[in-house]
Amino acid sequence: MIAHVYVGLKPGVLDPQGRTIARSLNDLGYDEVQDAKQGKVITLTLADSDPELAKARITEMCDRLLANTVIESYRIEIEGAAEVQAETDPEAES
Amino acid sequence: MTQTAVIVFPASNCDRDAVTALEQITGKTPHRVWHRETELPSDVRFVVVPGGFSYGDYLRSGAIAANSPIMKDIKEKAEKGLPVAGICNGFQILTEAQMLPGALMRNVGQKFVCSVEPLRVANSQTRFTKHFDKDQVIDIPVAHHDGNYFADDETLKAVEGNGQVVFRYADNPNGSRNDIAGIINTQGNVLGMMPHPERAVDARHGGTDGINLFKSILESL
Repeated sequence: MIAHVYVGLKPGVLDPQGRTIARSLNDLGYDEVQDAKQGKVITLTLADSDPELAKARITEMCDRLLANTVIESYRIEIEGAAEVQAETDPEAES
Repeated sequence: MTQTAVIVFPASNCDRDAVTALEQITGKTPHRVWHRETELPSDVRFVVVPGGFSYGDYLRSGAIAANSPIMKDIKEKAEKGLPVAGICNGFQILTEAQMLPGALMRNVGQKFVCSVEPLRVANSQTRFTKHFDKDQVIDIPVAHHDGNYFADDETLKAVEGNGQVVFRYADNPNGSRNDIAGIINTQGNVLGMMPHPERAVDARHGGTDGINLFKSILESL
């Protein structure tokens, strides 16, 4: 089972790297770029299990290590599963 | 003589500086405790979590070290009152371990900053700052890439309201909110700061303003 964890800064947290990327794109002539956010993807290879259980376990992994929820939110995608499996709700936390 | 300890993680690089500083001030060689240990030696009265790039800053600065076996024991003992100071990467580790509020983010200017910074003592009534005067300006070296202190509005308000801000940058080098350079926990026994007081204990290295921090905490024991 393959799961992708997307980790990025929460809305409202200043992202200097994203801002620098946006500015650099503007320098290249892409004037339509107003902002950029940089995050990371962590791809986990897991022993096969029930997707619901896997989702719960990965959520725990995110809270304990993969994301720093003081500044970051995360989204979990399990390959083959129909929909996005879990998402932290930035609205609820901001 | 007071027994102290310095924790050593893979890629710690200020552990020897911390050992030298503590040795100079206590007259006793600190224990150097490897991160895989599960328990601090029983005679330890003060712990320094030193600077460096533990685990190569993989994932996030301090994130992996915060989950190492020794940190579990340090956290438990800190909750019971053991004084702990996290310096630079040590500060990042303590926030990742949720022993201190907030987080340390990439410097706003994107650059690694390496300089001697003037700090204003924001609270001189703590166990770590009794030997300073309020608003005294001290010169302490900084050397970091992720020193930009962030906490959300609510947390920041609480941290300020509780007098948990101990040091502020006089000339903010990294974008930290409210110029925060160092904070303590609500209990007052855990300090985290990005600047390096252990590098300011010998006049031959450019200054001795760090000595009073170690004196303050060691005399409080």
